[in-house]
Amino acid sequence: MSVSVRIPTILRTYTGGVAEVTGEGGTLREVLQKLDADYPGIGARILDETGKIRRFVNVYVGEEDVRFVEGLDTATPDGVQISVIPAVAGG
Amino acid sequence: MSLPPLVEPAAELTVDEVRRYSRHLIIPDVGMAGQKRLKNAKVLCVGAGGLGSPALLYLAAAGVGTLGIIDFDVVDESNLQRQVIHGQSDVGRLKADSAAASVREINPLVNVVIHNVALTTDNVMDIFSGYDLIVDGTDNFATRYMVNDAAVLLGKPYVWGSIYRFDGQASVFWSEHGPCYRCLYPEPPPPGMVPSCAEGGVLGVLCASIGSIQVNEAIKVITGIGEPLVGRLMIYDALEMKYRDVKVRKDPECPLCGKNPTITELIDYEAFCGTISDEAQEAAAGATITALELKEMQDRGDDVYVIDVREQNEYEIVNIPGAVLIPKGEFINGSALEGLPQDKKIVLHCKSGARSAEVLAILKNAGFADAVHVGGGVLSWIKAVDPSLPTY
Repeated sequence: MSVSVRIPTILRTYTGGVAEVTGEGGTLREVLQKLDADYPGIGARILDETGKIRRFVNVYVGEEDVRFVEGLDTATPDGVQISVIPAVAGG
Repeated sequence: MSLPPLVEPAAELTVDEVRRYSRHLIIPDVGMAGQKRLKNAKVLCVGAGGLGSPALLYLAAAGVGTLGIIDFDVVDESNLQRQVIHGQSDVGRLKADSAAASVREINPLVNVVIHNVALTTDNVMDIFSGYDLIVDGTDNFATRYMVNDAAVLLGKPYVWGSIYRFDGQASVFWSEHGPCYRCLYPEPPPPGMVPSCAEGGVLGVLCASIGSIQVNEAIKVITGIGEPLVGRLMIYDALEMKYRDVKVRKDPECPLCGKNPTITELIDYEAFCGTISDEAQEAAAGATITALELKEMQDRGDDVYVIDVREQNEYEIVNIPGAVLIPKGEFINGSALEGLPQDKKIVLHCKSGARSAEVLAILKNAGFADAVHVGGGVLSWIKAVDPSLPTY
């Protein structure tokens, strides 16, 4: 399953400045594993030490926040867009 | 989802007001009724900075009857790149006073209320209770959670916006009709994990992009037109020039606005958000030197290895002579550690001392027991050692 993953500005240091990368996997968990393999270190910015999605980072599959669906087990159908949206406080 | 108007219309518009607001009045959706609602509206803008500047200017021009401005800060030259409500001659002036003067110049019909104080748990409920709607333009997590909690506890809608570099986010939080900020982000990031605009920078015009969305939504909520941004998060990427929106659900488990709330009054927001992590605080205790002490070490010829943990762009603006640039990220991912000299005393610094304290904790864990960091960072170096250097 090929999906696209939107990388926020704050995490683009891991992707060499690229805003959208291609991901692989049938579930969000698999997509994030592959993402971290491709861009080492990025996984730890999204997941905490216990492997859960950090509470100040939201991950959307399509336009759904996965916290309100199946979390890391949320299915990632072919072609879907995954967005990583961290909290920022600037004003 | 459309919502009923938040504010009742004022009795009438004067002849002057009809003339001034004619371009609103001839829009059928706004019309006399909408403009009278704006006239009767009391809006508080928290912060007269990046987001507050465009927000206040447009709220004033739109004819919001009462505009509150809360800010305790003074105008600094580095604000002028984006805080367009202030001008060169306002440098050094209280931001609330400077913003109020601009508002009066744009629209003398607006009743401006100046709150020259820092928003705290002691005054937030009192101040908010005098307004119909809050516009959040603050620059830190602690104040944002406090604004959210006070708004939910008082049952008031607030228009939220947040920016960083080229990214902006905006939403309307109104617990009566949708989610709150805690439903979107249940917890703040640990200190040091997410840089502030002072550390990471912000494209000046991004403030206008997001601030104008906030005003757009404030006007819609006040007048009851259109589809307000309740239950949706607008995400803007200035580099790609893309707006996208995603759903924000009301979290039934939300500790504030959920089914069984555990937060029923204001909490200690500094403790909730932290200013610096416990590890960093512990590492920095007894291992913090002043900029002058570093200068003395260098002048004595001590065998020190000075590491600047900021980013390349910051290093290019100003740096401490002799410092080697190794950005914080390289300590977090571990790649910097093997290249460090074992036989020299390591001195870390950043812009103001927060990032270097975080790196210090990593170094202490890795066995660099005598490493220290410079309290106040390069900014204190400029102040204490070489005031001719540029500050940022």
